[in-house]
Amino acid sequence: MSDTRVTVAKTYKLYVGGAFPRSESGRSYPVTDAKGAFLANAAQASRKDARDAVVAARKAFTGWSGATAYNRGQVLYRVAEMLEGRREQFAAEVTASEGVAARRAQSLVDAAIDRWVWYAGWTDKLAAVLGAANPVAGPYFSFSVPEPTGVVAVLAPQASSLLGLVSVVAPVLAGGNTCVVVASQSRPLPAITLSEVLATSDVPGGVVNMLTGRTAELAPWLAAHGDVNALDLCGAPASQVADLERAAAGTVKRVSRPPVTEPDWLRVPDIGRLRAFLETKTVWHPIGV
Amino acid sequence: MTVWEYAPAPESRDIANLKASYRMFVDGQFVDGTAEPLKTINPATGEVLAEVSTASTADVDKAVKAARRAYERTWGKMPGAERAKYLFRIARMIAERARELAVLESLDNGKPIRESRDVDVPTASAHFFYHAGWADKLGYAGYGPDPKPLGVAGQVIPWNFPLLMAAWKIAPALACGNTVVLKPAETTPLTALVLADICQQADLPPGVVNVLPGAGDVGAALVRHPDLDKVAFTGSTEVGKQIQSALAGTGRKLTLELGGKAANVVFDDAPLDQAVEGIVNGIFFNQGHVCCAGSRLLVAESVADELLAKLRARITTLRVGDPLDKNTDVGAINSADQLAKIQSLVASGEDEGADRWTSPCPLPDKGFFFAPTVFSGVSQAMRIAREEIFGPVLSVLTFRTPDEAVAKANNTPYGLSAGVWTEKGSRILAMASRLRAGVVWANTFNRFDPAAPFGGYQESGFGREGGRAGLEAYLDV
Amino acid sequence: MAAPSTVSAAPPPEPATLPADLAEVTRDESTLRRFLSGLPGVDQVGVEQRAATLATRSIKKAAKLWAIDTAISMVDLTTLEGADTPGKVRSLAAKAKRPDPDHPDTPQVAAVCVYSDLAGVAAEALAGTPIGVASVATAFPSGRSARAVKLAEVGEAVAAGATEVDMVIDRGAFLAGRYGLVYDEIVEVKAACGTAHLKVILETGELATYDNVRRASWLALLAGGDFVKTSTGKVSPAATLPVTHVMLQAVRDWHERTGQHRGVKPAGGIRNTKDAIRYLVAVHEVAGADWLTPALFRFGASSLLNDLVMQRRTQLDGHYSGPDYVTVD
Repeated sequence: MSDTRVTVAKTYKLYVGGAFPRSESGRSYPVTDAKGAFLANAAQASRKDARDAVVAARKAFTGWSGATAYNRGQVLYRVAEMLEGRREQFAAEVTASEGVAARRAQSLVDAAIDRWVWYAGWTDKLAAVLGAANPVAGPYFSFSVPEPTGVVAVLAPQASSLLGLVSVVAPVLAGGNTCVVVASQSRPLPAITLSEVLATSDVPGGVVNMLTGRTAELAPWLAAHGDVNALDLCGAPASQVADLERAAAGTVKRVSRPPVTEPDWLRVPDIGRLRAFLETKTVWHPIGV
Repeated sequence: MTVWEYAPAPESRDIANLKASYRMFVDGQFVDGTAEPLKTINPATGEVLAEVSTASTADVDKAVKAARRAYERTWGKMPGAERAKYLFRIARMIAERARELAVLESLDNGKPIRESRDVDVPTASAHFFYHAGWADKLGYAGYGPDPKPLGVAGQVIPWNFPLLMAAWKIAPALACGNTVVLKPAETTPLTALVLADICQQADLPPGVVNVLPGAGDVGAALVRHPDLDKVAFTGSTEVGKQIQSALAGTGRKLTLELGGKAANVVFDDAPLDQAVEGIVNGIFFNQGHVCCAGSRLLVAESVADELLAKLRARITTLRVGDPLDKNTDVGAINSADQLAKIQSLVASGEDEGADRWTSPCPLPDKGFFFAPTVFSGVSQAMRIAREEIFGPVLSVLTFRTPDEAVAKANNTPYGLSAGVWTEKGSRILAMASRLRAGVVWANTFNRFDPAAPFGGYQESGFGREGGRAGLEAYLDV
Repeated sequence: MAAPSTVSAAPPPEPATLPADLAEVTRDESTLRRFLSGLPGVDQVGVEQRAATLATRSIKKAAKLWAIDTAISMVDLTTLEGADTPGKVRSLAAKAKRPDPDHPDTPQVAAVCVYSDLAGVAAEALAGTPIGVASVATAFPSGRSARAVKLAEVGEAVAAGATEVDMVIDRGAFLAGRYGLVYDEIVEVKAACGTAHLKVILETGELATYDNVRRASWLALLAGGDFVKTSTGKVSPAATLPVTHVMLQAVRDWHERTGQHRGVKPAGGIRNTKDAIRYLVAVHEVAGADWLTPALFRFGASSLLNDLVMQRRTQLDGHYSGPDYVTVD
């Protein structure tokens, strides 16, 4: 009997400033599974959606970067908790998106959850590991602390729709940055579902802004945007990388270059992705009575 | 009233061992360049100091090849403990030849001998000493147990701290196991070539350090050379952007240390006399040719008049003149071009309605000099509040609340340095965290140390120099 | 450049009264306290750095000779020992009059500084010269005695011919925050001085912080001290360059607000010409050229004079001199 029930199909929208708008352009594009069968229509974000997302990310920056590291750690851990509760759903979406076997999908989802946990634990260690009391030759106390770079535009990996995405977004957040993410172009659905998790965990609106659509269309706008401080080119089309880097040079953005081929995201990361989006601030003060 | 004129107290220029001509340093030898030689002049007098050979693209290629060979055959494979001993040697030799280097630097650059003697040269030596110690301890630096060098680094440095910038670039590169090709600035090539001579005296293996004098075209050719693994540049934001753009898609690692427009924020509870010193040191140190110069003074309205009066009185005591005179506080502007740029920005300040005050100090009648100048009544919209003047010109703005101070201080695409003056501890920490700058000096200004990372936010560049953080620029991590 | 005369020229008329806002601050203890704690703080590292940088000034040739003569004319030639005798004071007075008998053009010193019981001896020995008779008083060096005793001592000194009185402040009261007490005492001593100039010794070595030095300087100036003086010479550290900077800033700022010139006297530990010139550079560049006169700047010293005399000979003779060629006292 239940076989005859028509399922309620989900509408996949963008995630900007804590809300789920459609693209202002009204455009959408069909998303298929690995075998080419239709899965859903995804919003096809425009340059104006990208612009709005940058505004939202900038607005959220003060609060997120100013939160205590302990608080950010708790929020990121909360994301892991929420994801854990929706393991099955994500496994199904990853299976559909990436065409991997169910067991493989499950291990990718588990790794994604664990990655949030790993980065959640980093928030309040970074200053100790990357900062320093500088033993300068004079009567000064000098210390250096890592600070978030600002608004990061992230071109998410194209192949790994969830684990890859989490592996690039979580370090950006752990450092205190906010971001505009362009999800995998052909596998965007787990990214939007992840956005639903972020929206219902304690991540403040605007801290992560998720765009779906054509990476090659959106990337140049983000790369040249004057209020974007850094660019993660992980999922950039190879043919576009040099152009994007040139555009980024216009405002001296920090650029994280793409790997030659997408890495095995199951490997435990190092802190390179954290460091890539952190600045070092050095403070001096005289020591005297 | 009594007038006490200090008699001239010039350092002897003979100490500089100035030679009629200098040659580039490639593969351990001083050789002629195949491009047109340049003449480097003394900006305090306009006289030609020496002829310096410059590099052609073929010379750039030769130098990069030499650096590659040295990297592959000797330096890259050498145990860190051995590399360290070379760097320690260089540090010591800089100290031994400190007086010669200081006089030569002042001759070629125009900076006061007091600064080249007390700041540039000792700090350059300290950079080598500091980084020498890292060479065999890189595994403890937080980049993994056995971080690897990148290979060959192309380094381009500016004219404002010629020797010190060479040290900032070469010391960490060598400590991490890289070899380098360094291009000093067109107007100030001499001390880098003496540093090359020191490398030779220290018996540094040939090709580990190569020095190619020349103008911007040599730098452009160097940073675009396809066989580099790393490019490091200190200079203007404009050129930094060109380099970042040129390196797009190459995968070559890049660090940039660019311009700035630092705010020096003075609260009403500041130690005023020391704030005046800090402001003076912030903008008139090295004639204001400092990327991290405190060129925008943001002062609380309630103490603005008192502070400005003290500031003007203090600036009036600055002695502008012969860089070799031990009593000179402000030396020569490095070049005619730079002087013209300063004059044009100062003219824009007057045109835009800011109030100009210039020290009544006498100026020498030859050479390039500019009297210390303060603009008050400056608003954020004026060019003198936004553009890097790179000269002894201070723009004064006022604020009423800490929020306004932060908003004005951060209202710039730059983010290299900032200053804050207040005796309230909690306010210092709040300001330090809110000011968007790579270096924040609280109740002091323009302090540098090899152990303290230095570098910018935003359009002031990326990457750090100094400290543990500075090693990242020269490691494959 | 001629060395300034040891006779200070008649100072230009200066406002006799304080501006209302300053006169107001000594109304009561709490107003005074608020005023003193409201003075801008002094950053230790900053002031020490500035002093060190300024100390690198290189003073050569004619500028040096001028500085040496000026420094000699600013010396308060001092003997403050339990073993002092009339004979010792007389020979000091002779030295003050003729610091270098071989070079009669050597300027005379500004004053001879002695304990109050020997002020009369000094006055007699210096009679007919423009050289001042400075007497320490107020239970020097500790200042620990009854007010009446202190005032009586000042009276004795002035009566014996002292033209200048070097008093010590009550550092105990100052450190306990009883600024009014310190103020009142200086005011009373000033009154007891009559026409004699009052130098107020802060004993900065006991005040310990530059903030305290600044506050004590203002306190002394408000109370009418003609000079602020660093030290008794009995406490270490005595005069230092950065402390003198802070005091020079105080008299500079005082002049800024009142139009009145007040003086500064570092005392103790300034033993050679190089140091003395560093102090003069500080006077010149911190307070201003106005203060380069014995009317507004003094050195409290004993052995300094001989080094100045020796260096003066070196400058004039073109070769180094030796201690055997200058008189011991």
